Amino acid sequence: MSTISRDEVAHLAGLARLAVSEDELDTFAGQLDVILDSVARVGEVAADEIPPTSHAVPVTNVFRTDEVRDGLSRGEALAGAPATEENRFRVPRILNEEA
Amino acid sequence: MSSTTSVPDGPGSTELTGLAASELAAKIAAGEVSAVEVTRAHLDRIEAIEPAVHAFLHVDREAALDAARRADEQRANGTPASPLAGVPLALKDVLTTTDMPTTCGSRMLEGWTPPYDSTVAARLRDAGVVVLGKTNMDEFAMGSSTENSAFGPTRNPWDTDRIPGGSGGGSSAALAAFEAPLAIGTDTGGSIRQPAAVTGTVGVKPTYGGVSRYGLVAFSSSLDQAGPCGRTVLDAAMLHEVIAGHDPMDSTSVNAPVPKVTAAAREGADGDLRGVRVGVVREFGGEGYQQGVRDSFRTAVDTLTSLGAEVVEVSCPHFEYALGAYYLIAPSECSSNLARFDAMRYGLRVGDDGTRSTEEVMSLTREQGFGPEVKRRIMLGTYALSSGYYDAYYGQAQKVRTLITRDFEAAFGQVDVLVSPTTPTTAFRIGERVDDPMAMYRADLCTIPSNLAGNAAMSVPSGLSAEDGMPVGLQIMAPAMADDRLYRVGAAYEAARDAASEVSLLDRVPRLEVA
Amino acid sequence: MTAVAEIMDYDEVLRRFDPVLGLEVHVELSTATKMFCGCANEFGAEPNTRVCPVCLGMPGALPVVNGSAVESAIRIGLALDCQVAEWCRFARKNYFYPDMPKNFQTSQYDEPIVFDGGLDVVLDDGETFRVGIERAHMEEDTGKSSHVGGASGRIHGAEHSLLDYNRAGVPLIEIVTKPITGAGERAPEIARAYVTALRDLLRSMGVSDVRMDQGSLRCDANVSLTPKGESGFGTRTETKNVNSFRSIERAVRFEMRRQASLLENGSEIVQETRHFDESTGETSSGRRKEEAEDYRYFPEPDLVPIAPSREWVEQLRGTLPEMPWERRRRVQEQWGLSDEELRDLVNASALDLVAATVDAGASPSEARSWWVAYLSQRANERGVELAELSVTPAQVARVIELVGEGKLTHKLARQVIDGVLEDRGEPDEVIAADGIEVVSDDSSLQAAVDEALAAQPDAAEKIRGGKVQAAGAIVGAVMKATQGQADAKRVRELVLAACGQQ
Ligand SMILES: [Mg+2]
Ligand SMILES: [Zn+2]
Repeated sequence: MSTISRDEVAHLAGLARLAVSEDELDTFAGQLDVILDSVARVGEVAADEIPPTSHAVPVTNVFRTDEVRDGLSRGEALAGAPATEENRFRVPRILNEEA
Repeated sequence: MSSTTSVPDGPGSTELTGLAASELAAKIAAGEVSAVEVTRAHLDRIEAIEPAVHAFLHVDREAALDAARRADEQRANGTPASPLAGVPLALKDVLTTTDMPTTCGSRMLEGWTPPYDSTVAARLRDAGVVVLGKTNMDEFAMGSSTENSAFGPTRNPWDTDRIPGGSGGGSSAALAAFEAPLAIGTDTGGSIRQPAAVTGTVGVKPTYGGVSRYGLVAFSSSLDQAGPCGRTVLDAAMLHEVIAGHDPMDSTSVNAPVPKVTAAAREGADGDLRGVRVGVVREFGGEGYQQGVRDSFRTAVDTLTSLGAEVVEVSCPHFEYALGAYYLIAPSECSSNLARFDAMRYGLRVGDDGTRSTEEVMSLTREQGFGPEVKRRIMLGTYALSSGYYDAYYGQAQKVRTLITRDFEAAFGQVDVLVSPTTPTTAFRIGERVDDPMAMYRADLCTIPSNLAGNAAMSVPSGLSAEDGMPVGLQIMAPAMADDRLYRVGAAYEAARDAASEVSLLDRVPRLEVA
Repeated sequence: MTAVAEIMDYDEVLRRFDPVLGLEVHVELSTATKMFCGCANEFGAEPNTRVCPVCLGMPGALPVVNGSAVESAIRIGLALDCQVAEWCRFARKNYFYPDMPKNFQTSQYDEPIVFDGGLDVVLDDGETFRVGIERAHMEEDTGKSSHVGGASGRIHGAEHSLLDYNRAGVPLIEIVTKPITGAGERAPEIARAYVTALRDLLRSMGVSDVRMDQGSLRCDANVSLTPKGESGFGTRTETKNVNSFRSIERAVRFEMRRQASLLENGSEIVQETRHFDESTGETSSGRRKEEAEDYRYFPEPDLVPIAPSREWVEQLRGTLPEMPWERRRRVQEQWGLSDEELRDLVNASALDLVAATVDAGASPSEARSWWVAYLSQRANERGVELAELSVTPAQVARVIELVGEGKLTHKLARQVIDGVLEDRGEPDEVIAADGIEVVSDDSSLQAAVDEALAAQPDAAEKIRGGKVQAAGAIVGAVMKATQGQADAKRVRELVLAACGQQ
């Protein structure tokens, strides 16, 4: 059962910010298909009344007191940045949202 | 100390590198040898055999010797930091360190030195453990062979044409090659236990929440767990006690006392398992398992029986769905966790030539910075979470998670621990499965259920497979926060195994002297 | 873009359509630290100095929930008459944007901490309209980008951008209304009144600075139209960037007219984000919603669920201050206000200011008259909120005190207040600096009165003939001659006396 098309792979790559090549589109479409086919069996057993588990430990209400802690110095914060300017992270132009 | 903790005739056994961590710790504490000497011996061994193994991505000779000197000073002052003070360790390169790069085996983070220490790294430092360097791994811990490292594969010291397991193949190989007596791994679907199994070493995935994840670069947050690796069960236990315990920086960290694992390992070494109920998981170890693995497992079960354990067969009917659930949950979480690698604040940036937009630079960087397996899982997770598919995939997988947890609960209602083979096969050859993701994924068939349920599990060596002479692992599983049971049963089994053979398992490792 | 002139007249819109509103308000909490890390939650610090591995989204860093933010969320829910969830989780909202370090926002999705409430909003004419509250949930703010190159620092045409993550991770509460229907022509007014009422409520609770100008209170307005006689909702737009209470009203009104014009032409409304432009009063198209947004929400695995015990909730209920509506009722009684007087006070957002002025010693009626009349007018002229004027209730009370002591006339008092508004210091400093002094010395006034009577013989004659209302012109002349420093009441007495009328 083939479930995932090349176009869908391209759409997913867009959502995931991956500039995949044409070749990769085909490879991924094929591989995702195989994987999805084999994992599709999870749907066989999980009946409606089974609650989902999101966390492996049954813990609730873990809170921090509202007290300031030392963070990073500006130097430490910016040290790994590909580019900086005026003590800020410099990034390429952001695609225009207002157009 | 019994023969279980020493490796009398193995590679470098006349040297310091042949000793178990517990033995080194005792010698250092007694002043028979200095931490600096021990550290230097391991650094020299690393230098000699790394070309053949490639267990490390980064070794910091000077930093390691400095840490060893500090440990020696503290001992001289009568204030050793911990029972493991001065003992060297290999740290998986997925845990942040302020004094060494943290790359996660990825081009994306090549050369990045974090501005903060992971809690595990901080606890190791506080305990006076000497970190030799950072070990190789499948990129962002995704893989079962360490072939997905952007910096080249690690080789299995038992046969350098074979994989050392993954994702923590660097840590397991470092132990098996006697480059370090201790190592830290992380286990999301088996990344500590499967490498341990295929290298003949001990690896433990503690209870989820037992060891802080703060500073563990996340692959799949609800499954990831750091844990101890060693050549003996006792060594793993001692390391376990150093790194475990509540951390307020990790909301999922369990706020309860650490199980008394060292005491349990010492108790187990007596080899008496009377009163312990052991369940054999019916669903694991049959069709599709390598014959040598099946034989080894049967022998292991017999050994446990001979030690007095009450062995019964237990069914966990939903375990067969674990792999499928895992390959939905882990990719989903990873697609979100790895979104932060976007070329903006740290790490690689590709294509910023002044004409491209942020979006284009992000996409190009991620395309070039991530390897194929990482991209495959990001795509899979993006798909499983996307609107219209969530219920069919992610939602269903989480229900399977509930069913697997219930299987464990039912099983642990009957027995104290469960056992199974750790992996269906011994170490496969490098390159053998790289083009077949599903075949690769099957390596974690038996280890995944414990990640999904969050309980504790260990792989302990159970001899060599007859067909290929490669190590086989016995997996022991215990309920959440009953990690001590793993150590008791594991140590008992280890003692019996070594007593039954003429030499300790790791003595059979090729010497690998590159000379 | 459609020009305002071409779009449908508002009355016409209402003849043909029923508006449906949905308001989403984001409130930055004024906690000491951020939502998930211990960095200081502070406005205006040097860039990238209130950051840590957690709020920079560094590899391996993990969030821990600020308990105080959870308490604020629950308290806000209780004040909004909401149910408090017995169990809820955080979720990840996944999308890439450089101001968001993890490229997902830790938020809540289908399990908000509080839900199903309402807020009674008093409109300008005193009528009350209940706005239903769908939910309020916790989330984190993003960093701030500034744009370099191109036109005046705007994102459009910029060459590159610079990011400051001090604001990243600041706790936000997003409060979402149920669809507001049946508002008719009052929809824009209700939108403004709702956000104003919410602001007053949150301010009285002390959970936020609620400053629209600084972004600690932000409102997105969803607007759609349903043709008269039909049911269901039309396609909606979401207008962002609405930075003042007045703008909310203007933006809603504009969107209603724009959408009506399109529908009337047989065009379709595009579901999209729109931006409000303060200077033109118009909205313009932003990001289209249909394709891009697939947020792939899933439960945040790094945070455990929140299950507030009923005891905790009741304890928090006990910490709620007097609610604005309770306060209004009490003040009305204490100050003996008519419904109209109370309404004027509330409409001018002057209640707190008047109360504080009364607390500083002024009489309620004097305090009211200053804030609702003179100061409201000044705020209007400046286009700011009353509360944003740089005069404090204590300063107003001091001026009232000086008037009461006869040391200032009302006219002089206004001069003093103007001086304070110009940031020239305390009232007494302004008085000293300007040499302001009431002239009540009869001998100097008498000369001015005589002079004025001589200059206007006709008026003097009328007064002598009993037409005392003609005295106004003479009093005016005297006040002018003395540059307003005379006590007008005394001048009038002197004028009447000089003309034999007293
Ligand atoms: Mg939101
Ligand atoms: Zn922070």
